[in-house]
Amino acid sequence: MTEFLQGLLSNINPYILQIIVNIGIGIVLALGLNVITGLTGQLSLGHAAFMSVGAFTSALLTIKLGMPITLNLLVTGAVTALVGALIGYPILRLTGDYLAICTLGFAEIVKVVFLNLDITNRALGLSVPPANSAIPMPFVVWGVAILAIILVSFVYNSRFGRALKAIRGDEIAAEAMGINVARYKVQSFALGTFLAGVGGGLYAHFISYINPSDFGFLKSIDILSMIVLGGLGSIPGAVIGAGVLSAAPEFLRFMANYRMLVYGALLVFMMLFRPNGLMGGVNFTDMVLRALGRKPHLKTVLQNREVGK
Amino acid sequence: MLSVEKLFVSYKAIKALQDVSFNVEQGEIVALIGANGAGKTTILNTVSGIVPAISGKIAFKGEDITGIQPHEIVKRGISQVPEGRRVFANMSVLENLEMGAYIRNDKKAVAEEIDEVFQRFPRLFERKKQLAKTLSGGEQQMLAMGRALMSRPALLLLDEPSMGLAPMLVQQIFDIIQEINASGTTIMLVEQNANMALSIANRAYVLETGEVVLSGDAKELAANPEVRKAYLGE
Repeated sequence: MTEFLQGLLSNINPYILQIIVNIGIGIVLALGLNVITGLTGQLSLGHAAFMSVGAFTSALLTIKLGMPITLNLLVTGAVTALVGALIGYPILRLTGDYLAICTLGFAEIVKVVFLNLDITNRALGLSVPPANSAIPMPFVVWGVAILAIILVSFVYNSRFGRALKAIRGDEIAAEAMGINVARYKVQSFALGTFLAGVGGGLYAHFISYINPSDFGFLKSIDILSMIVLGGLGSIPGAVIGAGVLSAAPEFLRFMANYRMLVYGALLVFMMLFRPNGLMGGVNFTDMVLRALGRKPHLKTVLQNREVGK
Repeated sequence: MLSVEKLFVSYKAIKALQDVSFNVEQGEIVALIGANGAGKTTILNTVSGIVPAISGKIAFKGEDITGIQPHEIVKRGISQVPEGRRVFANMSVLENLEMGAYIRNDKKAVAEEIDEVFQRFPRLFERKKQLAKTLSGGEQQMLAMGRALMSRPALLLLDEPSMGLAPMLVQQIFDIIQEINASGTTIMLVEQNANMALSIANRAYVLETGEVVLSGDAKELAANPEVRKAYLGE
């Protein structure tokens, strides 16, 4: 099994493979932030900090305990979610800009803490040994990414998900509907940071070297750009956004020094012409069903109704 | 059914309510009238738990509900239609109604309730798939009321149902309020449109700068020369 999968991978250009894996990790991270910012409407600028909590936890679990990767990722996610909930509890009563600034501050604190702890090897960073796993890392990453998509889709359509959407829509009205706003916000934060932690763990084992400075403000903004580009609150949007923005810096490499300029311009044009993101306001399931001819357009429905009368 | 005693509320240094006491009996329509900033909305928000009281006691069906979280208060049977309607703009009419039934688990009963709301508000049925933000002001008010009814409240708190609506619509909304009351829901209503409010209420309280200055039978208050001068534009 292992050899077969290894064989498959050896057929792929390692450079392309790296991009593909980066996209998978990007999807996990973007989906996590999408739960917090897209679905619940709480702007977080500290997602990379939770990613770093996950990355270091996961690396240490492998280094110290040699824990198998599946268990490792679950424990990592749980630890990060716990940190997320502890941080989220006091700061989630803030809204909008204030919350954003708080998450930003927290992210800086995490970075400084990791830069000064012996166990995280201070500013030198940690070398991460290969994951304890029979399955090659790229498959683990994509397996986790697919599980994350399923998990978040499930949450979106659940009772919990509807409560989160209501909180995004109007907190006071949500409260008036009998939704425990404070509790659900913390839970959504925990779920989002769980995925951030798992994403960080995958990142640590794939890159095999982590440094606290890798998880700075810019990384948080990268993840935020993914979900804004894709469309806040849209799962296919988060996946596409993660895909495009994880791959774009590589595909734009031929432009050498101009690539970040083009990248920035892309984002600007995007916001001008599709401010809701690529998939914002698009019902993906409907779109696919329509493309397959399973579901009639609203127009035809209305026409049929006229005829029926 | 609802009794409020010696309620004090303030926003930081500003005293919003001072020594407010009132009660609402089963089956009544009670109106709170007063000018801007008199504390009408604060009273509703304190009853529904959104604004904390500094001191005083709020009891509902004999139980003390002072200081209880808003989501718990909904479960006890008090439902609020907030000021400015606050429908979930990016949800459809149907989804808004489903949100209103969030605390209820019985799907079949909820479906029946939605049917009832649609019977009461046929306009909402016509627009059930539409996003709430595309509705007119009157329709949004209907939706906010329908949504609040979805939790099957014993007491419905209405905050300025006539706000921003054309006179004809105001009449229609007030007719519906009376119908809701006739089918067994007790109603407490906050209004600037004192004329309309007094015309359907059983009793009313007049608020001025955070204090109850007058109270009594709605018809008598409507005839009171001071009230007529201050609130009915005479």
